Amino acid sequence: MSDLKRTALYDLHIELGGKLVPFAGYEMPVQYPMGVLKEHLHTRAAAGLFDVSHMGQILMTAKSGRVEDAALALETLVPVDVLGLKEGRQRYALFTDEDGGILDDLMVANRGDHLFLVVNAACKDHDFAHLKTHLGATCDLGMVTDRALLALQGPAAEMALARLVPDVVDLKFMDVAIRQWDSAELWISRSGYTGEDGFEISVPEKFATSFARRLLAMDEVAPIGLGARDSLRLEAGMCLYGHDIDTTTSPVEGNLTWAIQKARRAGGVREGGFPGAARILAELADGPSRRRVGLRPEGRAPMREGTELFAGTEGGNPIGRITSGGFGPSIEGPMAMGYLPADLTEGTVVYAELRGKRLPAVIAPMPFQPNQYKR
Amino acid sequence: MKYTEDHEWLRVEGDLVVVGITAHASEQLGDVVFVELPDVGTTVSKGDEVVVIESVKAASEIAAPLDGEIVEVNPEVADNPGSVNEDPTGAAWFFKMKVADLAALDGLLDEAAYNALIG
Repeated sequence: MSDLKRTALYDLHIELGGKLVPFAGYEMPVQYPMGVLKEHLHTRAAAGLFDVSHMGQILMTAKSGRVEDAALALETLVPVDVLGLKEGRQRYALFTDEDGGILDDLMVANRGDHLFLVVNAACKDHDFAHLKTHLGATCDLGMVTDRALLALQGPAAEMALARLVPDVVDLKFMDVAIRQWDSAELWISRSGYTGEDGFEISVPEKFATSFARRLLAMDEVAPIGLGARDSLRLEAGMCLYGHDIDTTTSPVEGNLTWAIQKARRAGGVREGGFPGAARILAELADGPSRRRVGLRPEGRAPMREGTELFAGTEGGNPIGRITSGGFGPSIEGPMAMGYLPADLTEGTVVYAELRGKRLPAVIAPMPFQPNQYKR
Repeated sequence: MKYTEDHEWLRVEGDLVVVGITAHASEQLGDVVFVELPDVGTTVSKGDEVVVIESVKAASEIAAPLDGEIVEVNPEVADNPGSVNEDPTGAAWFFKMKVADLAALDGLLDEAAYNALIG
């Protein structure tokens, strides 16, 4: 694993007994001695600390100095209302390509005079080059390389973080703020990838381990690996880029139309003007032919990524495919998401072919586990 | 107790052989969330896939360690898959089989050989 990168918390992961695996070019903990199931349940019951330093942190400033210009520039690459994003707020976005596929999903924050983007680890170099190519003439772009990124998630996250940074209690879901801890500047957002209340905290690398240790010393906080991160996000109905969405899926097919605000839709004040607009606006108007849906297998067998879906118990061609699937520890049963013809409604039973057998699964609303955001 | 290279244990009980997976295997699998057992009465050949185990991480299959017939399965382990992690060599046995030839057990690993295998 010599060519794999390590985060600032690598030594701490080893010390905590983390089982490290290659992930998006990094050695990352997939689990700790507690194990995936208990880590998952601990996060929903108390608070989990995740190292997500492999993700890309990008600063984007318009050469004009006006955040509005940075927002308008970014809008040429995403079907999202960035201009309408108020200072101190964050929003989900998608980089689309000319065919209307998804290049990556990301978070965008308005930090007053510039934008702050958090992108997926596996896509970050590509995303940065994409931004440079298209927006480099009008915007200064910087990949942040000296900061770790931690996520503290769960019902006890607020209480735990407030012991170190008391005024985080003032933040609401999707607020962002810069706060001081010791001599470190923390970039905090009240958001996450678990469906729980919680925070994502960018911390200078040289303070990352001491900051993580302070949190882990609290009774409520346990370290959580990528395994539980995946089952938590799937219960929360959230997409994993490269699995549930990619360049072959449009935002409308991906059931992410909620991320496309009115201003960018047909009749909106800044209609279109993003890559793939023709297809995406047409799909918004006419509906897509297929759509990402939630699935609850009727039996206990997990249905995993790649499993083909059929309309009936015998014969026929596949009508869809599972893109993420596994066991949900909090819902105490299997769960999946995948693509199916858009005319199939919730409650419809489809059949997954598992080890030569067709097993029923019902199209179900997501999230599977209710969100607990503090709005 | 005898062992296979696929991390199964076998215990002779009268003229039957009880089969489960080792503690090492259950640790490697992680939290087990689903177990599918074979039908009683199934005739199996050595190497046939007879049990499906799914952990939070992945699906894996358990092969019949010897030729024979499945004569009993353990419904408790299907009802409580987590028992595979809690008590893999005791309560969480998977099935009992009547083997064609008990002497075939002699060709399997003993405890020392299995421990050497998993290092």
